[in-house]
Amino acid sequence: MSRVNRTSAGGRVDRQKILNFTFNGVRYTGIQGDTLASALLANGVYLVGRSFKYHRPRGIVAAGAEEPGAMVQLEEGAETQPNIRATQIELYEGLKASSVNVWPSVDFDISAVNGLFAKIMTAGFYNKTFMWPKSFWMKFYEPVIRRAAGWGRAPEERDPDLYDHRHIHADVVVVGAGPAGLMAALEAARAGARVLVVDEQSEPGGRLLSEKRVIDDLPSEEWIASIVEELDSLDEVTILSRTVLFGYYDQNYLCAVEHRTDHLPLANRSGQARQRTWHIRAKEVILATGAHERPLVFADNDRPGIMLAGSVQSYVNRYGVLPGKQMVLFTNNDGAYEAALDMKAGGAAIKVIVDVRKEPGSVADEAEAAGIEVLKGYAITATRGRKRISSVEVRTVQKGARQYTSAGRWIECDLLAMSGGWSPVVHLFSQSQGKLAFNEEKSCYLPDKSVQKQRVAGSAGGEFSLAACLNDGVFAGRAAAKEAGFLFKTPPLEPVVEAPDPGLPEPFWIVPGSVPVGEGSAKHFVDLQNDTTAADIALATREGFESSEHVKRYTLTGFGTDQGKTSNINALGILSGLLDKPMTDIGTTTFRPPYTPVSFGALAGRNLGRWSDPVRVTSIHDWHVDNGALFENVGQWHRPWYYPKEEETMQQSLNRECLSVRKGVGVLDASTLGKIDIKGPDAAEFLNRMYTNAWAKLGVGRVRYGLMCHEDGMVFDDGTTARLAEDHFLMTTTTGNAAQVLDWLEDYLQTEWPDLKVYCTSVTEQWATVSIAGPKARKLLGKLAPDMDLSPEAFPFMSFQEGTVAGMEARIFRISFTGELSFEINVPWHAGHALWDAVMEAGAEYNITPYGTESMHILRAEKGFIIVGQETDGTTTPQDLGMDWIISKKKPDYIGKRSWSREDTSSSDRKQLVGLLTENKDEVLPEGAQLVFDRYAPVPMPMVGHVTSSYYSAALGRSIALALVKGGQAKEGEVIFAPLEGKTVRAKITGPVFYDKEGEKLDGEV
Amino acid sequence: MLLIKCPWCGERPETEFHYGGEAHIERPENPEALSDEEWANFLFMRSNVKGLFRERWHHSNGCRRWFNVLRNTVSHDILAVYRMGEKPPVIEPAEENR
Repeated sequence: MSRVNRTSAGGRVDRQKILNFTFNGVRYTGIQGDTLASALLANGVYLVGRSFKYHRPRGIVAAGAEEPGAMVQLEEGAETQPNIRATQIELYEGLKASSVNVWPSVDFDISAVNGLFAKIMTAGFYNKTFMWPKSFWMKFYEPVIRRAAGWGRAPEERDPDLYDHRHIHADVVVVGAGPAGLMAALEAARAGARVLVVDEQSEPGGRLLSEKRVIDDLPSEEWIASIVEELDSLDEVTILSRTVLFGYYDQNYLCAVEHRTDHLPLANRSGQARQRTWHIRAKEVILATGAHERPLVFADNDRPGIMLAGSVQSYVNRYGVLPGKQMVLFTNNDGAYEAALDMKAGGAAIKVIVDVRKEPGSVADEAEAAGIEVLKGYAITATRGRKRISSVEVRTVQKGARQYTSAGRWIECDLLAMSGGWSPVVHLFSQSQGKLAFNEEKSCYLPDKSVQKQRVAGSAGGEFSLAACLNDGVFAGRAAAKEAGFLFKTPPLEPVVEAPDPGLPEPFWIVPGSVPVGEGSAKHFVDLQNDTTAADIALATREGFESSEHVKRYTLTGFGTDQGKTSNINALGILSGLLDKPMTDIGTTTFRPPYTPVSFGALAGRNLGRWSDPVRVTSIHDWHVDNGALFENVGQWHRPWYYPKEEETMQQSLNRECLSVRKGVGVLDASTLGKIDIKGPDAAEFLNRMYTNAWAKLGVGRVRYGLMCHEDGMVFDDGTTARLAEDHFLMTTTTGNAAQVLDWLEDYLQTEWPDLKVYCTSVTEQWATVSIAGPKARKLLGKLAPDMDLSPEAFPFMSFQEGTVAGMEARIFRISFTGELSFEINVPWHAGHALWDAVMEAGAEYNITPYGTESMHILRAEKGFIIVGQETDGTTTPQDLGMDWIISKKKPDYIGKRSWSREDTSSSDRKQLVGLLTENKDEVLPEGAQLVFDRYAPVPMPMVGHVTSSYYSAALGRSIALALVKGGQAKEGEVIFAPLEGKTVRAKITGPVFYDKEGEKLDGEV
Repeated sequence: MLLIKCPWCGERPETEFHYGGEAHIERPENPEALSDEEWANFLFMRSNVKGLFRERWHHSNGCRRWFNVLRNTVSHDILAVYRMGEKPPVIEPAEENR
């Protein structure tokens, strides 16, 4: 297909460099400097997609980030990206793109039938229609809606590209390299400031790239080049092009994404990061983000070929493309006339200029002098054309009228350029918490009050003439540099400009129709991406949604990937008319990051896969892997879960592991348990205040179990602590809580009791721990430590000794989490594997069995030992757990104590720890199951507790469960029910200890 | 992400720190002597300031020291950092209204 719409010369394109590309399977050519959008227009492709809800034909509307409609699926396979604006895709050799939201094809779209049901697909349609029945939502509505209304497709393969992150500090960050931004950057740079210029386009210049201007006697292209040349020559200046500043956070912390290879042919991209996320800390920020043109809202204003006037100007001047040959201009301001004149100069016929104002400025005279018909006080009231606009209807209209009465006239055209004035791009200003105010004179929202150290320059601040933009930039650049501490040696720049004054628009939020808005079949689109119409906004107000934030959510205005860049202001204008309230009382919605969508790859950077989160493994980890362990994550630790043997089910493995501990000896890698070394003359006093029980009199060489609570009296952690010396303790914590416990201890030492002389040091990764448990544990350890007296008298329960085990210096703790005789052997971390090997070898004759966390959980549950975070949830007191025995009554004060006498914590109706035995011994209750006393109670049933732990116990030959039940401690022997899906399970309330209640097994085989 | 000036280590990114809530809430000397209401005040009640706020931070992935920060909760400007036990600095009203 030939490039039918290319002008003969001019623009920022290289007509010698031909680029081949494919759109929807058809091959086209463009030229270097094109965007996908300009290349499509050059090839006469106007229909690029279908709208979100009604699947109406949609074309290219704009030329930049504000494009609401022309989104494409870029590339295929692993390289594919959904919903990329065609206006921001720089064309490269071999580019492949296709339409989104079309099925089976953009020319014939089955869902366009939605247009026929448009009457019922109004605002709130999804919420209202698909409420019932519930099961239908999951199975039917949602998948169908998702296919019909989804935009592009996410890639399913692994992203082949690299991404990275960089951090930078700057004195002055200038966002936007248009005329204001360039001036600001140059002034600040000349003062010596470190300046970072961030600009989303392929080259600096901003709006100047689309207009024919002369600055300081230079054509704007040459003027831009001279400024950039000077900036480039300064060491402290960095210009980042193709970089979107997407987020403006607190303390002038800015995030930008630099597109480094997206403009290159796929084959030329390897070897460098595709995108780079910049983390920027700025002393001062200058927002020179420019303005976006507003569409006008009239009947059927969404046909392909209806475009923003300034964008039409971009296509003809910057890209050398005529988006149409028979153009109509529809405007409410003087500035847009230039688009018509530039198009005429490019070779297009200007059929008519339709100006809603009865008295436009002198530009109208100039247009008439150039032979263009200007209709004053007219508006476009209807359009025709299925896949491209073919004609428009014009009439005289009254501003604010609900419907017109005048006669209409149809005018044929293939391009309708429209301009409703310009909206300052205040997104970043608003993100930075700056407050906006509606300016009646300029009829736009302007930055009003800054919260951060920033300035707004140029049209972003409401200065719409080029001269004012340049001067604003000079002023902002100097002020920012001065604020950042730089002195000026040069006088202010005084650029001299020849440019027409764009004037101010006359607000005309909606063109009246043949019937009042909302009636009849014509659609006045406000948000082209979400298919929100003026009628939807009217419906929202009728249904009581008046706040702009509510209207936004109900109608989805501004919810798309374009975040309402072209639609928000019109929606607010229409809302203002409907509510008969001035714009100043309407209030705009909040702008949130990102300014334009950012890929997950850019956000993740290099933090992928094994680098996404640290993985902690013990020194024995390789053995577990080699011996077939399955792992479970506990915090960042990978712990062996269980060790399945061939043909075993999980339960069979657990039965085997548990029984070996009950009858022989098992071994567990307990290295992950948190270990904190506590040392100092006040260490015992400190523990006395942190733990609920007494520590002062614990003898050296003895070990005690402790519960730690928060000030609110709720259990926070538990573990054993050994007294290694008079002033030296070794505390163990739960695996997942080790860091929090250390934080907690240090908080009190540093802030509440700085007088206590105590040091805390994490030694979790200094000591590897091999725990052997079972009646034969003593015999096993005896083989490895022949010099030690391991008899119950010499080495009693809850004591600790140092000795030599398998030739290694070891600390041995006789504690037990299983109820069996158990020794926890600690050796220096690096020796852990050697100790494990020695234990396995010596234990072979006792059929030693390694067990994992799941068996550990079963074994401790058989004994009724709690796990913090499983039996507790931050609202559980020691008394709730039946652990009054560990609550000191003598100590005058310790953390948690005071709270237990509060009304709520001392109530007898609290959820308390109990055991549950199901009537059917093979029934294992699901953990988390809710419990009720009366299985026939009407719904909603009064729930009285829940199952916290539940297992099958091989030792007992039946299921066991622990639960928290209201007033449960007084209900032993009573019956309780767990209503589950499809059945109700009956269980008996028991004490929490199921196995060896008398503790006869603790000494094992002597 | 805030840039926080640890009194021992200097300016570091927020990810190195943990937040510790309102500062200058002292644990009562003798909790048993307090009424339930007084104790609940200590446990649960914190000011919710729009403006200058004195709060605790912990340089948990650094020197592990706790310290105090005077922060504007609107702008997130940090006006002062000071060590535990030090008196909060007096801020001029003009700066307070920034």
